[in-house]
Amino acid sequence: MKTFLLLMLEFFKTGAFAIGGGLATIPFLKEISENRGWFTLQELTDFIAISESTPGPIGINMATYAGFKAISGEFDSGLWGILGAVIAPLSLVVPSVTAVLFVAKFYEKFKTNKYISASFAGVRASTAGLICGAMGSVFLAMIWNAEVWKATGDFLKAVNGVEIISFALLTFCIFKFKKIHPVAFIGVGAVIGLVFGL
Amino acid sequence: MNILADLFLTYFRVGAVTFGGGYAMIPILEREVVKKKNWVSEEELLDYYAISQCTPGVIAVNAATFVGYKMAGVLGSVFATLGVISPSIIIITIIANMLSVFSDNRYVTSAFKGISIAVCALVFTTVVGMIKKNVKNIFSVILAVFAFVAIGILNLSPIIVVIAVLAASLIRFRIIDGKMKKSSKEATEDSEK
Repeated sequence: MKTFLLLMLEFFKTGAFAIGGGLATIPFLKEISENRGWFTLQELTDFIAISESTPGPIGINMATYAGFKAISGEFDSGLWGILGAVIAPLSLVVPSVTAVLFVAKFYEKFKTNKYISASFAGVRASTAGLICGAMGSVFLAMIWNAEVWKATGDFLKAVNGVEIISFALLTFCIFKFKKIHPVAFIGVGAVIGLVFGL
Repeated sequence: MNILADLFLTYFRVGAVTFGGGYAMIPILEREVVKKKNWVSEEELLDYYAISQCTPGVIAVNAATFVGYKMAGVLGSVFATLGVISPSIIIITIIANMLSVFSDNRYVTSAFKGISIAVCALVFTTVVGMIKKNVKNIFSVILAVFAFVAIGILNLSPIIVVIAVLAASLIRFRIIDGKMKKSSKEATEDSEK
């Protein structure tokens, strides 16, 4: 029972403070992963991949997956997980629905209020930094294996060459071929993983 | 058809067929909500999107809440919101259940390790787009760097960062606005002389 309440609270907080779209929830999900241990950072990356490859808003998809993982892990059952998958996205939208209803009431005033647009422009500028900060540890774990370094003491041996080269090539291709859907790149990633046995 | 059911079903359809959410939804919303249903005009839809960026939460959902409210008040907003998030909940639950069966499989683990490289690349390119769009002056560079350091190095809570950024932006705007008012006042006084 306590887990359900915590799940509601965590996603309510995320919905209230994540500004600037679905990916803006990443730093909040990372904090949940660290504070609650419901899912690992690798699993968080899996959520992003699956959310980008399935229909629907990315933020909702990620919350659904995270809610499923949190509760199914707690009860060790996929059936309970379904309840988590419903509760998390609902808790995520409660603050925003409330905010939008409020805004819709004072629509004209809100639209022209300079203070509101200035402060939210500031938050949107910071969102890029928030996401980079949250993904930093995922990225570091991907390109550099701390365990190997600890075991061998060799800094260079711990560098993951395949990952770095693939990352550079994929990034280049995403910039170059803007029309290609993200799912295609995620598929390429899966093939790389299988071929190199990562 | 009952407007509430109509809102729910229309947004359910939109949620089920759009990949990516956010702005990826605009073309489909234009077809479904503007042309077919005539619920809002194109300008209104873009307006709602602009305002949704200035409200917390997922942009696509906020825009749905707006249209629902316009059509049928509070209940309308609830039905439109539930409509747009329901397909996600159904699809993700099915995938999550299936994947949890294979989560120990060696090949699945390898594939997902490779996928995380693609995710990092995708997030990186999205962030570059965000920087191009939203980071335009020195002040916003400072905010973005502050957010990066606070989350990535100091490990602060993102809530604290968002509140700090809101406060800093307000104070800065207050100072600039005050200066502008003062200088325009002086200018009018000068011209009166």
